[in-house]
Amino acid sequence: MNLSTDIWVWVGVVLTLCVYSFLYKDNPFYRFGEHLFVGVANAFTLSFMYHRIIVPIMWRPFAGAVRIAGEEGITPELFNPMAEANFLVIIPGLIGCMYFTRFIPGITWMVRIPIGMFMGYYTGRVVPAYFEGSIFPQMKGTIVTQASFDPAMGGGLMAGIFAVIILIGVIGTLTYFYFSKEHKGLIKVGANTGIVFVMVGFGASFGFTVMARVSLAIGRFVFLLRDWLGVIS
Amino acid sequence: MREKIPLALLIILGLIGLTDRFMPHPGPEALNQYLRDTLLRIISAFALILGLGNLIVRHFNRIKRKEEHWPHSYVLLGSFVLASIIGLFGGVSGELWFPTSIGGFQFDITTIYNKILIPLGASMFSLLAFYMASAAYRSFRARNWLAALLLISAFIVMLGQVPLGAYISPVIPEISQWIMEVPNTAAKRGIELGIILGMLATLLKILTGIERSWLGSGR
Repeated sequence: MNLSTDIWVWVGVVLTLCVYSFLYKDNPFYRFGEHLFVGVANAFTLSFMYHRIIVPIMWRPFAGAVRIAGEEGITPELFNPMAEANFLVIIPGLIGCMYFTRFIPGITWMVRIPIGMFMGYYTGRVVPAYFEGSIFPQMKGTIVTQASFDPAMGGGLMAGIFAVIILIGVIGTLTYFYFSKEHKGLIKVGANTGIVFVMVGFGASFGFTVMARVSLAIGRFVFLLRDWLGVIS
Repeated sequence: MREKIPLALLIILGLIGLTDRFMPHPGPEALNQYLRDTLLRIISAFALILGLGNLIVRHFNRIKRKEEHWPHSYVLLGSFVLASIIGLFGGVSGELWFPTSIGGFQFDITTIYNKILIPLGASMFSLLAFYMASAAYRSFRARNWLAALLLISAFIVMLGQVPLGAYISPVIPEISQWIMEVPNTAAKRGIELGIILGMLATLLKILTGIERSWLGSGR
């Protein structure tokens, strides 16, 4: 046994044991770890946001513009939003401050402005992104072509059969989740096929997730036995 | 005005975002870059401040009212204030004026992240391994053949991930791989396509102003 002398290893051990104490029952040690996690995670996010967004994107351009205006006077370049030093960065700051109008009676509605701008831009932006990044590739991957069976084009007999199974599975799954029409006749056949794939898929996802969590647990035990106690190498 | 201005801004910015990929021109590209990299990033930073303010007020009230488990709010507020001071004045890697090391002992915000947040996060997620196993024990009963299918596929996938599976039979990892690549892909693809089509419908409803629940009440 070779006990660690690193303070951070001891901190990690105490916190790991605090969290694992929940296996017995909910207790103050677990809640301590839980609250510490939330506090530190938020502080990290705040620091990261301050050093990576507020200072370089807002504060430095504004301070630079103030300095240049003091030395050379106000020039049109100081109002160019793309310039390194410009006064216009104050506008997003002011729009951001509108979030706090939520607490000011009478102008509460102004909180909708930053929300609307943020939501609007990213709503518009993700529509083509979803088509390009998800719908088209997923459909392309599902369509069975001659190439799926052709060894010269990276396919083969088994690959072709698997491609057909995937196609049947996708159509079946979509049919199973199609609730606009009663599951009768052909739709019932499709839905019944779909549920088979869905159950196998859920089972596989469950098994995969359990194993991912188990590997995390193994990582923590390796940390305790190797880094802290030094009983394994 | 209280609804029309935010809605107009949403639609205008939505159209700018929507057309970004279809307009390879320096003007719209520069506008989009400015919106993405400057304007909206700064706005999102203020949203975070609002959220943090909410968290702090919530825990102050919890202490004031001595609600259940209130002493733990001191842990949250204390750790938040201490780590924030270290992070804000010490810099991301301890490059600013605030001291973030004593001798060889480093405690800058990146070290705190690596030594406190990562062990805590990994431990919390690994806790789920125990609970999922016990939940599976209770719920995995082959009541009908579909439940049996779920049980068998989960069992094969779990067995295929560990050396024991290959030890029992070299076919098990191959079947596990096949389940992941064929039926699992088919089911996931079907579900994902359904989700994305639903999301797209909602997004278009927001963009055209049909869906207005984000505006909240009429105040």
